[in-house]
Amino acid sequence: MKTQNSKVWQWFEERLRISEIVRFLSHKTVPRHRYTAWYYFGGVVLFLFGVQVFTGILLLMYYTPTPEAAYESVRFLVGEVPFGWLIRNTHSWAANLFVLACFCHMFSAYFMRAYRKPREITWLTGFLLLGLALGFGFSGYLLPWNELAFFATRVGTSIVSTVPLLGGYIGETLKGGEMVTGLTLSRFFGIHVALLPLIAVLVLLLHLALIQRQGMSEPISQQHHSSQEEAIPFFPHFFLREAMVWLGIMAVLLALSILSPWELGTKADPFASAPAGIKPEWYFTYMSQALKYLPGRILLWEGETVGIVGFMLGGLYLLLVPLLDRGAARGKPNPIFTIIGVCIILFMVVMIILAYTVG
Amino acid sequence: MERRLSRRMFSNLLVGGGLLIWLGTILQAIFRYVIPPASGQVGSLSVLAAKTTELPPNSGKIVRYGSSPAIIVRPPGGEVRAFLAICTHLACTVQYRDDLAHIWCACHNGHFDLFGRNVSGPPPRPLEELQVVTRGNEFFISKRA
Ligand code: FES
Repeated sequence: MKTQNSKVWQWFEERLRISEIVRFLSHKTVPRHRYTAWYYFGGVVLFLFGVQVFTGILLLMYYTPTPEAAYESVRFLVGEVPFGWLIRNTHSWAANLFVLACFCHMFSAYFMRAYRKPREITWLTGFLLLGLALGFGFSGYLLPWNELAFFATRVGTSIVSTVPLLGGYIGETLKGGEMVTGLTLSRFFGIHVALLPLIAVLVLLLHLALIQRQGMSEPISQQHHSSQEEAIPFFPHFFLREAMVWLGIMAVLLALSILSPWELGTKADPFASAPAGIKPEWYFTYMSQALKYLPGRILLWEGETVGIVGFMLGGLYLLLVPLLDRGAARGKPNPIFTIIGVCIILFMVVMIILAYTVG
Repeated sequence: MERRLSRRMFSNLLVGGGLLIWLGTILQAIFRYVIPPASGQVGSLSVLAAKTTELPPNSGKIVRYGSSPAIIVRPPGGEVRAFLAICTHLACTVQYRDDLAHIWCACHNGHFDLFGRNVSGPPPRPLEELQVVTRGNEFFISKRA
């Protein structure tokens, strides 16, 4: 190739051996079968993460993390700064699409049994990333310091405190004391813009490295149908298609940000009564809604504690499913795991719908 | 041979143990660091909650008590009472509902009567009651002895 002989190329080649990377990329393929479309979700998550980092850095230029000034700084950003409204709306909408895409990506991997040997660690890192995504949502929600977010955070951190054993300590650590105060805001800010991004980038790199190392998983049912010749070359074929998806997402994101701006609400007053209609972000409502249906006491325990332990067990199930579903690694998928997955999704969807209709 | 091995084990133990102690010390310092010290004032704090004119019968008011919100209520015919306004369910701030003449939490529809007892909804415990002292035409609240 002509470019490969150019001086610039040579200069880099001698130092970094780029040809090896190019060779690797040209050999990388994506399996082609009837579920190939689900592979795009990983890239979508990655893209939205990039959007969040980018818009997040822009928001940092105006945001002030104190109870006195946080709300005003966001109002200034949205009302006065040129395109400030666009940046904030995009950040808020992208956050929601990001969590949605994470769930889609996780459940598609779940149903395709992508967690089976040898990809257990990839699944584990993905699980961690989902947890981090929820952490981003929870910590970011409080930052505008508005009334709804303030009380939703009070409720959310109280729920954390009901976790047996360490819950009380973690709850207090998050809040920086017994109540949600300026200390909580500083902490959530630090967690949101420093701690979580750092951990997320590290885990994300590991997740991606594992995928490069092991190649993409194929669903068991499709293993015989897809052959290496039919596979889609990653570069440029799959990459360009993914880029089209990104463009589409970008368009959706901008449309949402322009047509449906994110409310700022009223400023939080720690010494005012909680208003009616406190709701967390939708990706926590399936938990908060379910907790509402539990009685105050179940046998010896408070209803909340039982609910929270239930959700933790659910999380533990997802975390450990590569170890539980041994048959999948031998090419014998057990329908029980599909049924459990469907039940989890149904539960989440029903609860979310109830939260937004019945309230 | 045996002596050399045990020497190695000894040094491993020394280094490993030292490392563990070092880590433990740092970790426990961090664990303690993240919880702020209590502000320490609330113990005997007595706070002016309201003037009598501010609190007509069948009304309530949220006031600051240390770092917590408190609620002082005056029922239609009864005596003035005060409670910490923190719902015993999941820590929302409660309010006085004059249409129901009792205390209500908007977050999950929890109801407390005028003695702070949880009467319906999810709250598992009564509200913590504060002491109300009337001096002249002012109500002061403080923790119960
Ligand atoms: S926080 Fe008061 S009823 Fe839930």
